[in-house]
Amino acid sequence: MTDKLITAAIVVVGVPGVLIGYIWATEQVLRILPERRRPAIRPWLWLAPALAFLALFLVYPMIGTILRSFQDSLGKTFVGLDNFFWFFGSADALSALKNNLLWLIFLTLFVVGFGLLVAVLVDKVKYESFAKSVIFVPLAISMVAAGVIWLYMYQYKPPGAVQTGTLNAAVGVAGLGPIPWLQIEDFSVNTFMLIIVMAWMWTGFAMVIISAALKGINPELMEAARMDGATEWQVFRGIVFPLLVPTLVVVSTTMIITALKAFDVVFTMTSGNLNTNVIANEMYAEMFKFGQYGRASAIAVVLLLAIIPIMFFNIGRFRAQEAVR
Amino acid sequence: MATVTFDHVYKRFPGDVVAVNDLNLQVADGEFLVLVGPSGCGKTTALRCVAGLETISDGELSIGDQVVNDVAPKDRDIAMVFQSYALYPHMSVYDNMAFGLKLRKMSKTDIDARVREAAGILGLDRYLDRKPKALSGGQRQRVALGRAIVREPKVFLMDEPLSNLDAKLRVQTRAEIARIHRRLGTTIVYVTHDQVEAMTMGDRIAVMKDGLLQQIGTPEELYTHPANLFVAGFIGSPAMNFVTVTTAGGELMMGETKLSLGGEPARVAAAQTPGKNLTIGFRPEHLVLANGSDGQAMRFPAVVDVVEYLGNEELIHARAEGNDIVALLPSDRKVKAGDNVELAVPLDRLFVFDPETEKALVS
Ligand SMILES: Nc1ncnc2c1ncn2[C@@H]1O[C@H](COP(=O)(O)OP(=O)(O)OP(=O)(O)O)[C@@H](O)[C@H]1O
Ligand SMILES: [Mg+2]
Repeated sequence: MTDKLITAAIVVVGVPGVLIGYIWATEQVLRILPERRRPAIRPWLWLAPALAFLALFLVYPMIGTILRSFQDSLGKTFVGLDNFFWFFGSADALSALKNNLLWLIFLTLFVVGFGLLVAVLVDKVKYESFAKSVIFVPLAISMVAAGVIWLYMYQYKPPGAVQTGTLNAAVGVAGLGPIPWLQIEDFSVNTFMLIIVMAWMWTGFAMVIISAALKGINPELMEAARMDGATEWQVFRGIVFPLLVPTLVVVSTTMIITALKAFDVVFTMTSGNLNTNVIANEMYAEMFKFGQYGRASAIAVVLLLAIIPIMFFNIGRFRAQEAVR
Repeated sequence: MATVTFDHVYKRFPGDVVAVNDLNLQVADGEFLVLVGPSGCGKTTALRCVAGLETISDGELSIGDQVVNDVAPKDRDIAMVFQSYALYPHMSVYDNMAFGLKLRKMSKTDIDARVREAAGILGLDRYLDRKPKALSGGQRQRVALGRAIVREPKVFLMDEPLSNLDAKLRVQTRAEIARIHRRLGTTIVYVTHDQVEAMTMGDRIAVMKDGLLQQIGTPEELYTHPANLFVAGFIGSPAMNFVTVTTAGGELMMGETKLSLGGEPARVAAAQTPGKNLTIGFRPEHLVLANGSDGQAMRFPAVVDVVEYLGNEELIHARAEGNDIVALLPSDRKVKAGDNVELAVPLDRLFVFDPETEKALVS
């Protein structure tokens, strides 16, 4: 107990102390340099600790993972591209890849679509902040909890039994038979059910960002368009939407990355059974169920390679926007 | 082209704000009407009512023969130039101007012809491909004008379109707008708080204060016959001098100085109950240094405070019986600070107001 208190005290006093000490030390170093060189060097010295941590906790493990992906399950022998050949030859892995593609396309569409719709509609109602809070709440729930909530929503009991699942209860009232939502593999219906859960969580995020962008549009622009003869729809199409595009792109790329990283919802709701697996779950299974470190690393590398182009796109857009300013 | 008619128009905002109070006003077809008044007097609100961007609380608003109370902005066929210009930032200058025409399903060649003509008039030919961001303030202002012109609407509404420009550009653009008005002959309702702009541009000027219309008339009418104290003080630069005088036994007293009046002002003064106060007004440019021979004038002694040299003229700040007086005199008079002078106002240049009702008694 006292040990812990001492540790805490050391951290509370020590960490700021070290930081201040570091900054003081950099200024001492800078003093040695000629005055006009200082502005160029100071930011690097300030950034150095962060860069060091990044290198230690991000770059080093990444390199380790890439190396691992060329080794066998125990990380002893070098096996070339075998792990990648396995990945692209395995029906399970390819199914996961296909599902991820569905996630990527439809999660993004749903979230951006609903987020935009809600942001635009909520802008016109009186209790805007209340409505927004309600829609934002799911984002504050842990994904595992969301999975559990939606398991109840989708719950299926055989025909004749009392339907305790919300959706099947509703369907029952309409006089239709219970539907095993999470078991229908045709047209990947079950995957779509999972995507809906994630969309439910993230729509609030998209709404908040889009809503903020919407508030940033000068209302006189819309008035000017109305005076120019535009209907409300034409005002949206011609003025509001184009001005929201940069924001929609940012939200989209965020959602694409979220889709590629999808794991928790699938893990808690179907464990990836019945063709609902996604890459992250595949990686988890290879790693912790089968002890296939090489293959798991190869999957991680594939995921990384898939995200890199999106990242570059995002940075490119960011630069382009900066240039306009 | 069309007339614009306000018939007992009210605009109330939540919280007991009456931004437009019983406005009666008819803008003639092809007229250039300037709405002028101090900040917050309801000019923008009145303009936005015409545009349909605010629904009016009471009364009737017509454009041409049509009552437009319930007509949406897009169906009113009116163009508005906003104070912030409100150019569409994602569109080129060309597309900004073409937007309204495209919505009207006009053919591409017609659109092109109109946009290029407007660009020619406004000297925007070289900038058609630029985005608004890449334009100077004056250029943006012209694009906003161009966007209004190409539509060939029934009425132009302009809300302080020059207030973001520097002094030189303002004078230039003022002339440009007047030229465009002459060329197109469209009805214009123009809002400004700058009385110089109002005087130079308007066929008629409507002066507003606290949501109430004070007076409407040609610039000359407002200058020579202001209906009340507010209009008298608002129109004209530098502003009119006001002094309070007391009627006592057929005499008019400004402090200790007895004022000799004649003609119309004297009759009005004589008609008042003795002891009543009156406000007398006279414009700085009508004051002269008294030289004994001017019989048809009101005279009073004053002490010169400050002399501002303006080149051709001098602005004299003087004090007379506790009143601050400003006089605009030719600069060859060689008046110096501290001088005792006698100032005179021709009797036909005198205004007399009732200080209680603020209404003009002689004008
Ligand atoms: N949406 C609104 N809600 C409540 N009050 C308003 C609203 N718009 C304007 N007002 C009030 O109405 C009055 C007139 O405003 P308006 O904008 O018409 O003034 P203005 O004459 O255009 O002034 P300025 O020269 O400063 O632009 C002001 O007192 C203002 O506070
Ligand atoms: Mg205004």
